[in-house]
Amino acid sequence: MTDVAALAWRQYRLERRLFWRNPSAAFFNFLLPLLFLAFFGAAFHSDHKELRIIVPGIAAMSVMSTTFTALAYNMTFLREQGVLKRIRGTPMPAISYLLGVAGNAVTNTALQITIITVAGRIFFHTGWPREWAELVVFVILGVVCFASLGVAFSHVIPNFDSAPAYVNAVFFPVVAISGVFFDTAHSPGFMKGIAQALPLYHLISGLSAAMVKGTSLSANATALGVIAAWAFLGIGFAVRGFSWDQRRA
Amino acid sequence: MILSVSDTAIEVRGLRKSYGDFEAVRGIDFEVRRGEVFGLLGPNGAGKTTTVEILEGYRARSAGDVSVLGFDPGQRPREFRARVGIVLQSTGIYRHIRVREALSHFGSMYPHPRDVDEVIALTGLAGKEDAMARTLSGGQRRRLDLALALVGDPELVFLDEPTTGFDPAARRTAWDTIRSLRDLGKTVLLTTHYLDEAQAIADRVAIIQDGRIAIEGAPGDLGSNAGAPRYRVVYRNGTGRDVEQETDDPTTLLHELTGAALARGERLEGLTVTRPTLEDVYLELTAERER
Repeated sequence: MTDVAALAWRQYRLERRLFWRNPSAAFFNFLLPLLFLAFFGAAFHSDHKELRIIVPGIAAMSVMSTTFTALAYNMTFLREQGVLKRIRGTPMPAISYLLGVAGNAVTNTALQITIITVAGRIFFHTGWPREWAELVVFVILGVVCFASLGVAFSHVIPNFDSAPAYVNAVFFPVVAISGVFFDTAHSPGFMKGIAQALPLYHLISGLSAAMVKGTSLSANATALGVIAAWAFLGIGFAVRGFSWDQRRA
Repeated sequence: MILSVSDTAIEVRGLRKSYGDFEAVRGIDFEVRRGEVFGLLGPNGAGKTTTVEILEGYRARSAGDVSVLGFDPGQRPREFRARVGIVLQSTGIYRHIRVREALSHFGSMYPHPRDVDEVIALTGLAGKEDAMARTLSGGQRRRLDLALALVGDPELVFLDEPTTGFDPAARRTAWDTIRSLRDLGKTVLLTTHYLDEAQAIADRVAIIQDGRIAIEGAPGDLGSNAGAPRYRVVYRNGTGRDVEQETDDPTTLLHELTGAALARGERLEGLTVTRPTLEDVYLELTAERER
């Protein structure tokens, strides 16, 4: 078991080094949420109520982009390149590999949440998060949920060339409908209904409660439940359908 | 575990593999002894890669018995994976990993890895230790593939077309590396398109055709088994035309030819006597099938 953990740690360290060695990818990874924050911050800088929606919204979007989007891309790429197949032929346990890869995504999420929180505090005076423990719980659950959904989704993507189309077809509609940039209180009933069935809406509510409103964890039990249910589904499909090899075209 | 101390590294009995209605492997039997280099030859689509990938644990078989180092590769236990090294036909590596870093990372997955510098020297990657994988040439990347397969110090090495894309000098170096593996007591299962490669480094070969083994044996012995004449004599006759004759008895033929030439006062320009190469056997076999 120590061996499994040691190999996961080695894989994690390798993933971190490789991440920083692709500086442009790393740069945009962190720049994108900041750009959104700057853009909407400038638009709403006088409207404190809007900023209170935007900051947790962008934080939730960051969780989704650093885990769901990144893993769906990376797994498709590594599968197509044959890297997964090579790893499959070594004695490294699959769980060590997946832990290392997931750990890498989690680190990026943590960095982005930190950047967003600090930037919100400094530039838009949104204040420090009200409930730190609640923030940590929602981020962790959100990461587990979207990371597993990202790996599961990579099984659906046939090849790396089509990965952007597949990922964007999910990412943008979900971001749009779930209220990253607006309060879903104003959206039509059917849209709200769809959004409430999806995990991002609930992650935004949870982060909003933790960062802005200061409502307790127990008041957000439904949000936790929905995210946990998606995480459960995601893990199931991620493990069941995992394919190490590029399918024959 | 029955075979773990025996002198058989790979045992295959009645192996079959179907993809839907198509039967890619149709009942294959062969054995690879410990410490030998065994070559699997055959045209594209003959079932070579399917067979090798079943032995490596990548594919499930449809029928038959397979034992690799005493393990059932279909179960792919961790100890099995720790004792084999695999060079696949096309596998990638992270674009931004350095050569030495890749070897030490993959080495750490094995219980008794080889020294990284030793593997670098063995595979001719010296001077490229700090190069990023994405900057390597095709041939260098193939050597990195081989290095990654050897870094765990495996007992059995699978090489699926290991020298494709190599220049002639690099191929000779790779052959020396493979021979040095045999000298270390390793077992090598090689698939290749290059018949001269199999002839140069394999102790025994099997030619697969249409999912079956057409012929098996030492490269030098295959000529007689296939029914082909063992010697080929080529010379230029008095009118300057090349003449090719095949015989089981080169002594008599040469005696007749040289006697007649002397009597006519001619020289047998360009006289050569050769044994059929693996290529001749191979072409003969594949031609028979097409007839």
